[in-house]
Amino acid sequence: MKKNKFPIFLILIILAAILAGLFDYQPIWPKLVSKAHLPAAFNRDWRLGLDLVGGSLLTYNIDLSQVSAADRDSIVRGLRDVIERRVNLFGVSEPQIYIADVGDQRNLIVELAGIKDINQAIGMIGETPLLDFREVEELPAAETASSTAGQSAEPNYKFIPTNLTGRYVTSAQVSFDNFGKPVVDITFNNEGAKIFEDLTARNVNKYLAIFLDNQPIEIPVVKEKISGGKAQISGNFTPDSARKLVERFNAGALPAPIKLISQQTIGASLGLDSLKKTIFGGLIGFLLVILFIIGYYRGFGFIASLALVIYAVFTLGIFKIIPVTMTLAGIAGFILSIGMAVDANVLIFARMKEELKKGLSKKAAIEEAFRRAWPSIRDSNITTLIIAVILFYFATSFVKGFALTLLIGVLMSMFSAIIVTKSLLELFVRDTKNK
Amino acid sequence: MNIDIIKHRNIFFIFSGILILASIFAFFFFGVKQGIDLAGGTNWQIQIENSAIKESDLRPVLDELTGNSNLTIKSLPEGNLLIKLPSISEEDHQKYLQALQEKFGKIKEPSFESIGPTVGQELKNRFIWAFLLGLLSIMLYVAWAFRKVSYPVKSWKYGVIVVLSGFHDIIVPVGLMTFLGWRQGIEIDTNFIVALMFILGYSVNDTIVVFDRIRENLILTHNKGNFDFAATINSAVRQTFARSVNTSLTTVLAIAPLYFIGPLSLKYFILTLMLGIIVGSYSSIFIASPLLYVWHPIKNKNKVK
Repeated sequence: MKKNKFPIFLILIILAAILAGLFDYQPIWPKLVSKAHLPAAFNRDWRLGLDLVGGSLLTYNIDLSQVSAADRDSIVRGLRDVIERRVNLFGVSEPQIYIADVGDQRNLIVELAGIKDINQAIGMIGETPLLDFREVEELPAAETASSTAGQSAEPNYKFIPTNLTGRYVTSAQVSFDNFGKPVVDITFNNEGAKIFEDLTARNVNKYLAIFLDNQPIEIPVVKEKISGGKAQISGNFTPDSARKLVERFNAGALPAPIKLISQQTIGASLGLDSLKKTIFGGLIGFLLVILFIIGYYRGFGFIASLALVIYAVFTLGIFKIIPVTMTLAGIAGFILSIGMAVDANVLIFARMKEELKKGLSKKAAIEEAFRRAWPSIRDSNITTLIIAVILFYFATSFVKGFALTLLIGVLMSMFSAIIVTKSLLELFVRDTKNK
Repeated sequence: MNIDIIKHRNIFFIFSGILILASIFAFFFFGVKQGIDLAGGTNWQIQIENSAIKESDLRPVLDELTGNSNLTIKSLPEGNLLIKLPSISEEDHQKYLQALQEKFGKIKEPSFESIGPTVGQELKNRFIWAFLLGLLSIMLYVAWAFRKVSYPVKSWKYGVIVVLSGFHDIIVPVGLMTFLGWRQGIEIDTNFIVALMFILGYSVNDTIVVFDRIRENLILTHNKGNFDFAATINSAVRQTFARSVNTSLTTVLAIAPLYFIGPLSLKYFILTLMLGIIVGSYSSIFIASPLLYVWHPIKNKNKVK
């Protein structure tokens, strides 16, 4: 056996680890990218969760009670798109908008990182126009007290909801009527046009109410059946209010009503403070682990520490590349996985000592140690992996961070035990026979 | 490590029995204080620029504003005040904030969380499912991993004991948290449940390591014909002891600083994790292995002295 075989593989690993370390460290990486004239695509930022950069997480419940079961999926998708366009109007970087099923309910979750005026944002999301048409039934004067329209318009009528709503509106624009007053022209899609046609046919010479955000804005009389899917709304608009309404329509009317059921807002300074404390705590923890294994295992502890450092920079690099949204719990999950990663190294080392004692050569002992330690490494991580997958599947966004970093961390630790620790052992361990 | 674990098993059983009873007692006697993510409500953290203003100045104003005398105000480090209310709308939030600022001057809001009561119910349902699924998959996994061993202990019995010891490891942190809830108003939240799930997976794996060794040694000794279950278990525990302890120790060491210097919102998450890991390591050595012996179907035939 050659004694000083040049460990090319190990050197490659170490170079890659140094590169990964530079990549992980945000203050340096962008400078390197620009110095080396690399394409901007190499410039990656850490993606930090709301609890670290500050921002708001808004949870809306979607009211699907008026929607038939078959239409629900498309309505919910449409709603998500509409809210996304709305949110993009107020310029938050990378807003996250997604649907979460909770039991038989659907929730819409909006994450706005780094938003300054959450009050305004909530207002803008909530104010998106909810347009619908309602049939009007005349009632004897006595029965009208409970009218939902409140003080507005005609108290002697009862409004019956129809299924013609803003979800069928494809476009809207401002125009002016014969008297020079601003009106809003809306166009329905084919399906909406059909419903509108039926509705107007049914209500010739009757009132048809147009509701915006549950308020009647106009209650015209239908003169004849209207085909072609165009309607004109002539509420008491000023040019400005007509223009605003059109903007809101074109961003999309909400296809179903939503209700804000929870709000979590973290200030930017609290987020930054948490981030600093967590990183500092994590570094101390890492140091303690290294001190312990060097103190307990001596020389091997040193090798294991080196493997651990390489493991940590690679894993962080993967978090940054994917990118995984780092939350407080997510960082905690990663720190936890560092502590757990020691185990695989210890297992291999213990086996190797046994094999060396049996008088095997260094190369054979390392091979044998890995072969025999592998089932234990695999088995001892499997239950944690199972739990991480279940948590990822079931949990909400803050917890998902923990599940994901734990999952990736544990998988990486298994990988690093095989690749990194093995190469390090091949370099550092001497043949017992040569001693 | 030269303790005869099987011989002294009753000491460990009694110790764990006391821990579990105390935890169950705490759970039912003190009750669980649920965080707003589970029960709904508002956590509103504010920082008043004028540091002379104390909880007691704030309380009457807030009582009047909200019309609720049940709200709690807690002092946090660095001049922060935590106001706990039932869940409120954003309009009310702005109204209260404005009123407070008119009265006390500039106020910063490090965080504001208001969660409706229905959110928590759904979350709890989800976690119950996640928990059951976790238990089931672990049981199946253990039964599968031990499928080839059927003598002298049936493989499903390993699975049952693994899950039992998992319960042991979860009940103790629950007891501690309910106790802390009673003493200091610490609440159980999503993070706590996540920590319990983690403990389940982690401590079970510790138990599997010990059982794995027992299984391996059983095959060896059984083939030689001189079968002694107690001695087999003892030697397996001895062989895995250092690894078991060290693995748990490095994991605890890695996260322990976060308990002391990490952010407040992680503090009890980390505490739960640490306690669970330590208890898990203890139970896989001192509880799970003796349980296997006690449940051993032919122990009378091979009485060990």
